[in-house]
Amino acid sequence: MANTYSKVGEMTTNDGVPLKVSLRRSQRKLKLWAFLLVAPLLVFILVSFIIPVVNMTMRGIENPQVANIMPNVVAALENWEGTELPDETVYAALVTDLTMGRKNKNIGKVATRLNYERSGMRRVITGSARKAAKLKEGPYKTQMIEINKAWGDVAVWSLIKRESGTFTSSYLISSVDRKTNDAGEIVAKIEDKQIYVNLFGKTLMMSFSITIICIVLAFPIAYLLATLPLAKSNLLMILVLLPFWTSLLVRTTTWIVLLQSQGVINDLLVWMNIIDEDGRLQMIYNQTGTIIAMTHILLPFMVLPLYSVMKTIPPTYMRAALSLGANPVTAFIKVYIPMTVSGIGAGSLLVFILSIGYYITPALVGGQSGLLISNMIAYHMQNSLNWGLAGALGFILLVIVLLFYALFNKVIGIDKMKMG
Amino acid sequence: MKKLLKRTIVATAIAAVSMTMATTAAQAEETFTIVSWGGAYTKSQQRAYHEPYTAKTGTKFLHEDKSGTALAGIRSQVEANNVTWDLVDILEGDAMIACDEGLVEEINYDEILAAAPDGTPASKDFLGGLNGCFIPQIYYATLFAFNDEIFTGEKPSTIADVFDLKKFPGKRALEKTPAGNLEWALMADGVAPNDIYDALSTEEGVARAFKKLDTIKDSVIWWEAGAQPPQLLSDKEVSIASGYNGRFFGAQVNEKQPFTIIWDGQLAEIDGWVVPKGKLTTAMKAYIKFATDTQRLADQSKYISYGPARKSSAAFVDKHADTGIDMKPHMPTSPTNFTNPVIKNAEWWANNKDDMSERFNAWLAK
Amino acid sequence: MAIPTYAGKLERTWYYSYRVICTLIFLFLILPIIIIIPLSFNVQPYFTFTPEMLSLDPAGYSMRWYDEFFASEVWMKSIKNSFSVAIASTIIATTLGTLAALGLSRPEMPYRALIMSILISPMIVPLIISAAGMFFFYSSVNLAGTFLGLILAHTALGIPFVVITVTATLSGFDYSLTRAAASLGASPRTVFFKIMLPLVTPGVISGALFAFITSFDEVVVAIFIAGPEQRTIPLQMWGGIREQISPTILAVATILVAISIMLLTVLELLRRRSEKQRGLTPG
Repeated sequence: MANTYSKVGEMTTNDGVPLKVSLRRSQRKLKLWAFLLVAPLLVFILVSFIIPVVNMTMRGIENPQVANIMPNVVAALENWEGTELPDETVYAALVTDLTMGRKNKNIGKVATRLNYERSGMRRVITGSARKAAKLKEGPYKTQMIEINKAWGDVAVWSLIKRESGTFTSSYLISSVDRKTNDAGEIVAKIEDKQIYVNLFGKTLMMSFSITIICIVLAFPIAYLLATLPLAKSNLLMILVLLPFWTSLLVRTTTWIVLLQSQGVINDLLVWMNIIDEDGRLQMIYNQTGTIIAMTHILLPFMVLPLYSVMKTIPPTYMRAALSLGANPVTAFIKVYIPMTVSGIGAGSLLVFILSIGYYITPALVGGQSGLLISNMIAYHMQNSLNWGLAGALGFILLVIVLLFYALFNKVIGIDKMKMG
Repeated sequence: MKKLLKRTIVATAIAAVSMTMATTAAQAEETFTIVSWGGAYTKSQQRAYHEPYTAKTGTKFLHEDKSGTALAGIRSQVEANNVTWDLVDILEGDAMIACDEGLVEEINYDEILAAAPDGTPASKDFLGGLNGCFIPQIYYATLFAFNDEIFTGEKPSTIADVFDLKKFPGKRALEKTPAGNLEWALMADGVAPNDIYDALSTEEGVARAFKKLDTIKDSVIWWEAGAQPPQLLSDKEVSIASGYNGRFFGAQVNEKQPFTIIWDGQLAEIDGWVVPKGKLTTAMKAYIKFATDTQRLADQSKYISYGPARKSSAAFVDKHADTGIDMKPHMPTSPTNFTNPVIKNAEWWANNKDDMSERFNAWLAK
Repeated sequence: MAIPTYAGKLERTWYYSYRVICTLIFLFLILPIIIIIPLSFNVQPYFTFTPEMLSLDPAGYSMRWYDEFFASEVWMKSIKNSFSVAIASTIIATTLGTLAALGLSRPEMPYRALIMSILISPMIVPLIISAAGMFFFYSSVNLAGTFLGLILAHTALGIPFVVITVTATLSGFDYSLTRAAASLGASPRTVFFKIMLPLVTPGVISGALFAFITSFDEVVVAIFIAGPEQRTIPLQMWGGIREQISPTILAVATILVAISIMLLTVLELLRRRSEKQRGLTPG
């Protein structure tokens, strides 16, 4: 006998433990087992991926330079009102910090940091540091102003005070084409310096256009693949899968070969006398080039989910609609397309998310007009070295992508995602 | 499964360890990782400095073509306390920033660099650029060149011609950076080379430069790597291109390209080495002494047309190693070429690069 | 999709124009990949068809770019690097990913959606952000510029694909099968090897292929964290394309296309096998 009754109505196992408890226990054990299987990977991803990414976006608000290298100035400015020039103690602290900074060879970090906010601060800091070391005795205020008249400018002191915290909002402010003016208000940058809002807009627009083009191109062939007999459709499927499995760089290269002004397509057009030698089309190193190449690269990501949804739609539905007297176009729009919405949704969001973050293809074929926000982040990582700004732009990009991902997850469910 | 798992994990671990071991072992027998610009330039350094030094001492050299982003690399390596680069080829302005930030070693010039053959100490022998950490190697010029086959009649010869799309039609290739382009724009607009940086220090001057650039903006292809301009010219994608004089020279002599250099308004600049923090070892000092002596600097000009940064090297500039062409007339510093140069103000750019780049990028995106 | 015999003129026109449209789209997908293959055999260093090539004159074709490729020490080293990094990261990604997928597909798994989101995040986060983050972090732990660093980075990028493909294979898995086997006296070991493994294998292999190709094709992260010793094929290509496309790049591209055809074939065979096993296709 498997179960004994200890109390009326309550089942227990052989050893007298109530079944409920025993079940819960074994359930917990199973849960633990499941979790243990996942744990190594979870730890791996957290350490090798999540921490680095969080770390990178944190750079968008971290601001250690002034706080660490000019601690005396920061302390002395604590109670400064910000309306008039600070008093002698602050200037004495400035001399101490500049001298120390020069000795430790890290004053350049402050110079670089402040130069982002105000052009010319690099020279002010490094030059003053060189000269401050030679000052013998105070009072320092007049001597420092003599060394560089910037020290007689309230705005410079406001800037230092503003950037004296270990965290700053100035990179994020800068990422949306704004800046803090001398009065401490956040205002739009002069028009000649506005770039990021437009670039984010352009990136979204281009991703959107690429997504739409992908839908338009993917729909007919996915439909064909889903309705052809299996043997034929498998053969045609290779035409979708081969590009999918081919290196991104290879595909980008071929578009350069095809589209450049001495390339295959222009040669063909010249040969067919459609254009003359001087009228070769500029199809690459601009927005057109980026859109063409990215559409080609991302199209399989649209075809595959669409195909897998269409495959599940029984052809009888359409036939039923037709036999009930709907004209084919109406039947297609009213009956068939609504059933493919989940496929379109999955493909669109996949294509959209991927294209928002694209870097390689625009960098190679985008010229100037075809660049996306990723390219600007790479620029700040590698060329301008404004890592704080790169972090802030990265943070905004990440938030946008995660929003779309959350939407995707809500509408489609990540479990439904399938590959090839 | 468990066994299989164990085996694969062990195998991976061993593979990973042995790979890291292999790299550290290679480092033990004195290998220098040298960061430079790649292409013909790295090759010229290899032939003039590295190969003779390997022959002499057995030291090995690894090359990274990352000078374009060198400051980023040095900064991250020093910040992380994990410096893997031994010697980095860099522009004077970037060297100043690295020096101010304490990312690179300060150099005691007369101790570390060899004196000239006549005994002149190094600090007196170099043409400029000795500002604390920077070890100058060459003078090079960024300038314009055109493809002869495109302009059959009158040829462009001045910076103003470059900006004249009516007289000299066709696309232009410019480097995707404000440096150089702003100077040339002002020059084409009538500012004398000596007044350029004063003008650029004012709001009106900057606006004027961008306004001039506006006139050709639609006809510009922007390049980023030094190998692109000769390629764009030979493909006739553009009719006039800015680029490094050494690259144009290379295309002229090695690939027999019909290029003509416009020496007017050449942007002269110094390029050289910096030693990342902690890498100024005895072995490195020995190498630097060797690679920057009078003969070696002159040797580099056998392979690429850049002017040695030492006065005493000028006399040793000889013939091109592969073709036997006399190199003297191809040096940017030779008197016939140095008639109307813009001397790049590295200090000005160190101060204004952030600001100018921001405007430049915004302008490009418009 | 065959056209019915009773179709009217309009329907016929539509039917044929639809076919033409589809053909054009397929051509758009495949032609760019095909076109570089003959071009890579061009005798001239041009990226366009010479008259000799068009007239199929053998003199217009040559193997010179392949010879150049195989003679180049740098390229050969990059092949070795690419394969060793891709294989190592595939092994780690597949092992960890499969284990995790087994856990995730158990009905008892707590916080499933959250954990799944974390595990596939490397696929969602834009590459440039991952690359920049890894650049800072791996530099700070002395992993930048090492093989281990590149392997770990590529492993992270490949993991989502393994997790997704393996969980997808398991999604249809009926856990009552394992219970049935266990109640019939099979040890957990036997259950795993005789029941789970055969069903999961195709998913694991296709996940592994994805992980492999992810690493093999990866360039953004490599740009940021690889050192001179870890130059991979994509890195080498990236440098080549940015500066000037030499026809050698086209030869490399052709070889890579051949590799992807191989991978595709393996995957297709697997898919058929798995469908047969699940009884989805007859025969």
